[in-house]
Amino acid sequence: MSRSPTDKPTRSLTPAESEQEDPRDAEIRFQSLSGNVLKPYYTGKDIEGLDEAHDLGEPGEYPYTRGIHHTMYRGRTWTMRQFAGFGSARETNERFHYLLEHGQTGLSVAFDFPTITGYDSDDPMSEGEVGRCGVAIASLADMETLFDGIPLDQVSTSMTINGPAAVLLAFYVAVAKKQGVPVNELRGTTQNDVLKEYQAQKSWCFPPHPSMRVVTDIIRYCSEQVPLWNTISISGYHIREAGSTAVQELAFTLANGFAYVEHGMRAGLDVDSFAPRLSFFFNAHLDFFEEIAKYRAARRIWARRMREHYGAKDPRSWLMRFHTQTAGVSLTAQQPENNIVRTACEALAAVLGGTQSLHTNSMDETLALPTEKSVKIALRTQQILAHEIGVANVADPLAGSYYVEALTNQMEAEAEAIFRKIEALGGVIQGIENGYFQREIAASAYRHQKEMDTKRRIVVGVNRFVDGRREPIDTLRIDPQVEVEQRERLAHLRASRDDSEVRKSLAALAEAARNGENIMPRLIEGALAYATLGEMIGTLKQEFGEYREPPMF
Amino acid sequence: MTQDRIRVLVAKPGLDGHDRGAKVVAAGLRDAGLEVIYTGLHQTAEMVVAAAIQEDVDAIGLSILSGAHMTLFPKIKKLLDEQGADRILLTGGGIIPDDDHEKLTRLGVGKLFGPGASIQEIADYIKAEVAARRSQGSSV
Repeated sequence: MSRSPTDKPTRSLTPAESEQEDPRDAEIRFQSLSGNVLKPYYTGKDIEGLDEAHDLGEPGEYPYTRGIHHTMYRGRTWTMRQFAGFGSARETNERFHYLLEHGQTGLSVAFDFPTITGYDSDDPMSEGEVGRCGVAIASLADMETLFDGIPLDQVSTSMTINGPAAVLLAFYVAVAKKQGVPVNELRGTTQNDVLKEYQAQKSWCFPPHPSMRVVTDIIRYCSEQVPLWNTISISGYHIREAGSTAVQELAFTLANGFAYVEHGMRAGLDVDSFAPRLSFFFNAHLDFFEEIAKYRAARRIWARRMREHYGAKDPRSWLMRFHTQTAGVSLTAQQPENNIVRTACEALAAVLGGTQSLHTNSMDETLALPTEKSVKIALRTQQILAHEIGVANVADPLAGSYYVEALTNQMEAEAEAIFRKIEALGGVIQGIENGYFQREIAASAYRHQKEMDTKRRIVVGVNRFVDGRREPIDTLRIDPQVEVEQRERLAHLRASRDDSEVRKSLAALAEAARNGENIMPRLIEGALAYATLGEMIGTLKQEFGEYREPPMF
Repeated sequence: MTQDRIRVLVAKPGLDGHDRGAKVVAAGLRDAGLEVIYTGLHQTAEMVVAAAIQEDVDAIGLSILSGAHMTLFPKIKKLLDEQGADRILLTGGGIIPDDDHEKLTRLGVGKLFGPGASIQEIADYIKAEVAARRSQGSSV
């Protein structure tokens, strides 16, 4: 495996040596991670004109810069929601129980690549991939195992699923029906943010326009049947992980959010009928104050647009609720214990930024999916922040800071400039088709790599303070038997279910896809007949087509 | 022929959609003076090998972060060998544990580059390896 070019221990510079530093190095040390040049210190002059009532409000008050609740964490601690999933549904079910026993307060499901791209575990495309990056779910049977011993009226569940979101939601609803839980009591989230898939995460099933139709079907279905469900988790996390700056993360995420709002309104939905159930998902990256400013700017931008531009009347449409995950991409494979520190600092930024829900990465996640030991440390990190550090006592404690308010204003202004650019391009979908987002993200990623390779940006343990020793740590290995057993389960399922019911349900699904009927009820019927994920997505692909992105770098 | 620029195919085999690394490496190798073709996502093993032969590349760099490397690397190596294209250097990176790296080396896969690698290391390795292979045998 690779090593950093420098294996000698690095001693710190003497003052004489620091004076000889390349002036460009000094420059980058004092830039935010986004590349914003920072002053040595900020004063009242930097926030001259800031109007407390107009620009900040109180926590829980429009424009929600300071948070969406008056009491924030005094009223309710953020949800501790660790993303989890690997191997078989049975193994992941055990991990869910472990996390709940250790104090996690919400579930979050990570599915494997075949599942997130819409293939059954026994599809030829799935070879070698089953259960490796998440849990393998191919049918309602797998979903029932996944939630074994977990009554769905007692938890809220976030599912990181996009292209096939409608199918996984159908599976979840079907499990509820089998458990005897009223569907209208279900609480949770489907990520279902297909726009950012084309930009960053790349787990789409269909081309953009039919995908947006599926998103709307989910929104409509939930507003009637599952009113407590967050239909979309409009995400910046993946955009950031793909390489964007914090400002790009902020702007692209909100632009996508506006696109969903406009799409829903064009489809005839009243904005207040669905906007309250839109939620967001941001990254918590390394640059501490930039991240806090980002969350504050995000809330303010969203609130103002929703009320003043889209005419939403319900305050719940104005307030931005979000989940945060600490930045996977900031972690190192070298000296992995250092990642505990990085994650703790990132989590602190998310809490000071007012997140509603938080996932903290485990230290070994550059190497593998987390072990029990490392995910426990990650969970304890949140619990220590909540109970020992005092940051849960006072809402938005950094309000009024010259630096933080100036940075919040600056990020908002930069985001607005990007919104204008996207509008000039013809909107988000046009931007996707032109490759605008993908090129911007790739350019930022490349710039960041060059900064690290030239040591203008320091990564402890990688390009400075390098050990030269590699002490192996225990990591999670996925047994190839998982794939073998999953294939066997699927073979058994196909042999024992009522084939004519399956065919009927798939035909009804195809019909609904063609004539514009909501596909959700048909998917639920299919789920209950034990049609598989691959069969249902395959049926929809016949009607909606497939999508291949033009390769660019 | 031996004075021609080195041609590299950067490929994303399998279902893995994490393409940040592949794109960064592609851009970096291009700026280091190599000719780079990027396949884009969701390539089957057959598609990768066909593209490599068609584009007459000197090296293939696979980017795999999904854990499917012990299926995809051997499959692609086997296809290259079967189609008489074993002169093509098979390298790559992503998330590949050290012991899997060793197993792959024994199958004839080249050095692999994981988190923390620099573009310079990768470029230098490919240039040196390809030069060595070109001087060893015929480049036909």
